Amino acid sequence: MDILYKIFIDPFMQMGSAPDFLLQVLWSGFVAGTLYSLIALGFVLIFKASGVFNFAQGIMVVFAALTLVGLYSLGLPAWIALIATIGVMALLAIGVERVVLRKLVNQPDIILFMATIGLTYFLIGLGESIFGGEPKKMIAEELGLPTGSTTFEPFGGIVIIEHLDVAAVVMAILLVTGLAVFFNKTRIGRALRAVADDHQAALSVGISLNQIWAIVWFAAGIVALATGIMWGAKSDVSFALQIVALKALPVLIIGGFTSIPGAIIGGLIIGFGEKLFEIYWGGLLGSGVEGWFAYVIALIFLLFRPQGLFGEKIIERI
Amino acid sequence: MFYREVGQFKTTYKADQSIFPILQDKIGIAVILLIAFIPIPMFGSDFFLNSIMIPFLIFALATIGLNILTGYTGQLSLGTGAFMGVGAYACYKLTTFFPDVNIIILVLMSGFFSAGVGMIFGLPSLRIKGFYLAVTTLAAQFFLEWCFIRIGWLYNYNNSGAIEVPRREGFGDVILTGAAATPVTRYLVVLSIVVFMTWIASNLIRGRIGRSWMMIRDMDIAAELMGVRPLYAKLSAFAVSSFYCGVAGAMMVFFWLGAAEVESFDINHSFLYLFMAIIGGLGSLVGSFMGAAFIWILPIIIRALPETFGIDINAATVEHINFMLIGGLIIFFLIVEPHGLARLWQIAKEKLRTWPFPYT
Repeated sequence: MDILYKIFIDPFMQMGSAPDFLLQVLWSGFVAGTLYSLIALGFVLIFKASGVFNFAQGIMVVFAALTLVGLYSLGLPAWIALIATIGVMALLAIGVERVVLRKLVNQPDIILFMATIGLTYFLIGLGESIFGGEPKKMIAEELGLPTGSTTFEPFGGIVIIEHLDVAAVVMAILLVTGLAVFFNKTRIGRALRAVADDHQAALSVGISLNQIWAIVWFAAGIVALATGIMWGAKSDVSFALQIVALKALPVLIIGGFTSIPGAIIGGLIIGFGEKLFEIYWGGLLGSGVEGWFAYVIALIFLLFRPQGLFGEKIIERI
Repeated sequence: MFYREVGQFKTTYKADQSIFPILQDKIGIAVILLIAFIPIPMFGSDFFLNSIMIPFLIFALATIGLNILTGYTGQLSLGTGAFMGVGAYACYKLTTFFPDVNIIILVLMSGFFSAGVGMIFGLPSLRIKGFYLAVTTLAAQFFLEWCFIRIGWLYNYNNSGAIEVPRREGFGDVILTGAAATPVTRYLVVLSIVVFMTWIASNLIRGRIGRSWMMIRDMDIAAELMGVRPLYAKLSAFAVSSFYCGVAGAMMVFFWLGAAEVESFDINHSFLYLFMAIIGGLGSLVGSFMGAAFIWILPIIIRALPETFGIDINAATVEHINFMLIGGLIIFFLIVEPHGLARLWQIAKEKLRTWPFPYT
């Protein structure tokens, strides 16, 4: 009985008795969720356009952030370093397309997936040998990101909202809107959707697959950079981020591999769920449940909706 | 010329179905086993046995386990490390409860625990596949890692949070595990277990159950229509695969590391086994050994190279180069030879049949 009370009643009593704390938890869940969505967005972009499940997205986030910090520490002004980093991500996209993807056209998905794991290892080695393995500080202030915090006092308690988190949310909204416009309104966006729909048909109407893939990887690189800046500003830039980035996988499962809104909502579900569970139920199991809770939510989702919330229905034929 | 089966007629079905139908293969495997069992333990230095042969054999067994699941049944798994951990912790608990039972039996028994855990995490595979399944195995990876940290009972509540291998004797008073066990003893134990389990695996794979795994891999719907029951096939693959991983994990701690924490079973290790399986060749037992040798021994050579040539590079740089090289090689192999080293070996064998007179 005691355990049932602890699972079903006690957490809600706590929520009711300290609504300000609940708000704080919800806000931190919201921010975490936005960041997960940002990473997931990078996955979705590439999956939509090339059917490649890009495991390297996590390391691309780290790599982009490290490049930015590294260039800045060389003495470049922050904004020029930012532009140069975008240039590096473009080079990386072209490189990946030339060296890896072009050679692997028409291979089974699983082979491409493993190739991106190989790419992950390659980038880890490259990043560490260039920038060193130790964590670095993100140049948040130099890039003009706000650093202060605002305190609200609802329900007689206090809720602290950091401006950086607000900036992260705003940035995520801007990115998603930008990508939505890009996908739906521009010529290249239409070409991207055509490629996603059917590689051969797209080729036959004169869309260059190679070009499209390079563009998509570049777009994913920019998303990675944005994620890297925001995540790096919250904690330091280190290779441990790459493991955090794996959390984008359950986000994708909940949202569906091909849906941008799905990535956002999936990210929010995971963010809220994880924080609430950690704070109110985590104590029952010992702390640190954050590490696997997202995956377990995804597992449960998979049992009921294998294609995710917004994914296309999986149809299999012989 | 040397590798030609001309004149070797099979007169019985039994001969046709044997593991090595060709005489040269029989001789070859006998020679390899002979070398592995006699000269290597006799003449191998402690470093060679401890740092190269023992881990190589253990990793090969883990790779076989992963290969059964990913290579033969087509279910991508990113949780190999965690399943190995289950085996290791199970073995540790078993030896605490039954200190008098021979440790080798306990190592083999611990495989059953990881098989059980593997089957639980294999359940989603009945509904999903591909990347989706990979994510559920990630769930296994992170959840089990968490268990290894949080559940103190698993490591007998000791302060370090690590499992330390106690001294165990068997077969009279030969010291099998613990700090006092000689590398030669441990090597021979590991080698025997690996050879035995590889033999079992090759028979499983050639048999009915292995063929049903391969049917599931090649096309699960078609396999189902032809009478393979996906429930049995997939879960048995998960069970057998996790059994192998569990035994490998238990051996890793008991016969190699001597003490282990969660870090020995983390996700990076899971990836490492996946790389071994890919580079060796998915769906090949020989490949598992080749891949394990490649991924394990190549870094050792790279680390040793700068010293031999008198170049002064610090260890961290070498480590980074290692990462880049492994990553690059994986991409290279996937592009050039997606079937891995095993396929190269097969091509070599075909060439050898007619070499050096290809036109006769």
